[in-house]
Amino acid sequence: MPSSYPEQYFPIVLQIAIAMAIAGAMVAASYLLGKRVRNPVKDSAYESGMVPVGTARERFSVKFYLVAMIFILFDVEVVFLYPWAVVYRDLGLYGFLVMFLFFDLVLWGFYYMWKKGVLDWSEEPPRS
Amino acid sequence: METVIQHPLFAPLVITAVIIAVFPLLAGYIVLVERKVLADIQVRLGPMRVGPHGILQPIADAVKLLQKEDIIPTEADRALFWLAPVIPAVTALTAFAVLPFSGHVVVTDVNVGLLLIAAMSAVGILGIIIGGWSSNSHYPLLGALRSSAQLVSYEVALSLGLIAGVMSAGSLSMLKIVEAQRERGVWFVFDNYGLMIIPFMVFLIAAIAETNRLPFDLPEAESELVAGFMTEYSGFRWALFFLAEYASIFVIAGAGVTLFWGGWLRPFPSWGWLDIPLNYVFPVALFGVSGLLTLRLAQRLKKYSSARAAFLALVGVGVALVGLVFLIPPVNAAIIGVFWFLTKVGAFIYFMIWIRGTFPRFRYDQLMNIGWKVLIPVAMGGLLLNAIVGMALA
Repeated sequence: MPSSYPEQYFPIVLQIAIAMAIAGAMVAASYLLGKRVRNPVKDSAYESGMVPVGTARERFSVKFYLVAMIFILFDVEVVFLYPWAVVYRDLGLYGFLVMFLFFDLVLWGFYYMWKKGVLDWSEEPPRS
Repeated sequence: METVIQHPLFAPLVITAVIIAVFPLLAGYIVLVERKVLADIQVRLGPMRVGPHGILQPIADAVKLLQKEDIIPTEADRALFWLAPVIPAVTALTAFAVLPFSGHVVVTDVNVGLLLIAAMSAVGILGIIIGGWSSNSHYPLLGALRSSAQLVSYEVALSLGLIAGVMSAGSLSMLKIVEAQRERGVWFVFDNYGLMIIPFMVFLIAAIAETNRLPFDLPEAESELVAGFMTEYSGFRWALFFLAEYASIFVIAGAGVTLFWGGWLRPFPSWGWLDIPLNYVFPVALFGVSGLLTLRLAQRLKKYSSARAAFLALVGVGVALVGLVFLIPPVNAAIIGVFWFLTKVGAFIYFMIWIRGTFPRFRYDQLMNIGWKVLIPVAMGGLLLNAIVGMALA
């Protein structure tokens, strides 16, 4: 088994390169093999058979942004949990209590946004 | 020649080449199995035309897709539209690099293997967002928005489920996770007096959501959004999205099997007397019975078309012969790990297909509710519970 970092990670770089080559080759092959007949109707955006109206880049619900923001907070939490999970047996009770404190803080934040209605999708959030 | 074989990059290169060459075909056959199983659930026959019982269908599909017209909508952002399907395909195929098919058959063993899989599945979301946005059409944009919100929501639950497994293993390296299960003599699903079943269930549900499968297939939601973010895609670009979807199913099933179901270990890894029945009799019986059932199908097909029946009979005999390979001890030692890994991954994928055939789709607000208000609290509770019990046991 290779032991140094370059030896461990180089195969991954290789895998990315080969995967990219294959994906690119597939798209290129279909580009070359498929016949093309251009047609303004066919090349327009699909809207269930209607002529598309306006641009698709319209405004959308702010909730999607909220979810993205919450996700970042939680993902950072999870990233902190990974290294702890690896060594938590060695850290013992002290490590667990410290992590529990951290967990606790995150949970209070979670509770707050739950009560604020950030997670409610079916109705309007309560006004504050 | 020997120096070439002994080069440290030789084995990874060969395994990479095999994975990337074989996987598109394998994905095609997973699709065929899925269609057949769904057909069976719905009391239909499924694909029957191309080859006996449709067994050549994936090849016909691939040839068809290659010849399809490559449409780029005039309104679309051409560069991003081109790039979008490549991203999920590349990330999903890259995650294969750390999947341990057995103790030796692994492209590379990095000490953050599990993190790499999680990271790759997160980067794959970008392709969906870019694809939906660059199409400049309403359905794809809605599909992409829903999809990204859904994927990031379940990503947290998925990671929390994985972390509970990591706590039992004490490592993020895929090989060391399985080795830990061998040393403890238990699959991690049954660890901590069976409490690990909670994180595993969370992982399972999140995995199904993460791969956009029913009942969580809202990004595609045929009846509402046509085909979600893939609406404007055709031909092989569409096929790349499809390939990426099946690759990520395989990867997530592989990660689940490695972390919770003992990877390439056989059931009851610490009971030596089960070696003969499980490592020799079981694979031979599995392939033998499959071969015999195929032969029986061929027998029935004879009255319709003798050529098709002969072809199917040949396949059946081939399958049965593959089983005999397991009787040669050195060969058995080399491939039994791969056999168990693929069998478990197959069972996992079959389970996902089964769920797809059984459950109706969630409504979007229900989906977000389940993700945030049920799955994440349960995952956190399960994690803490396992941490406490695991520490008390240690």
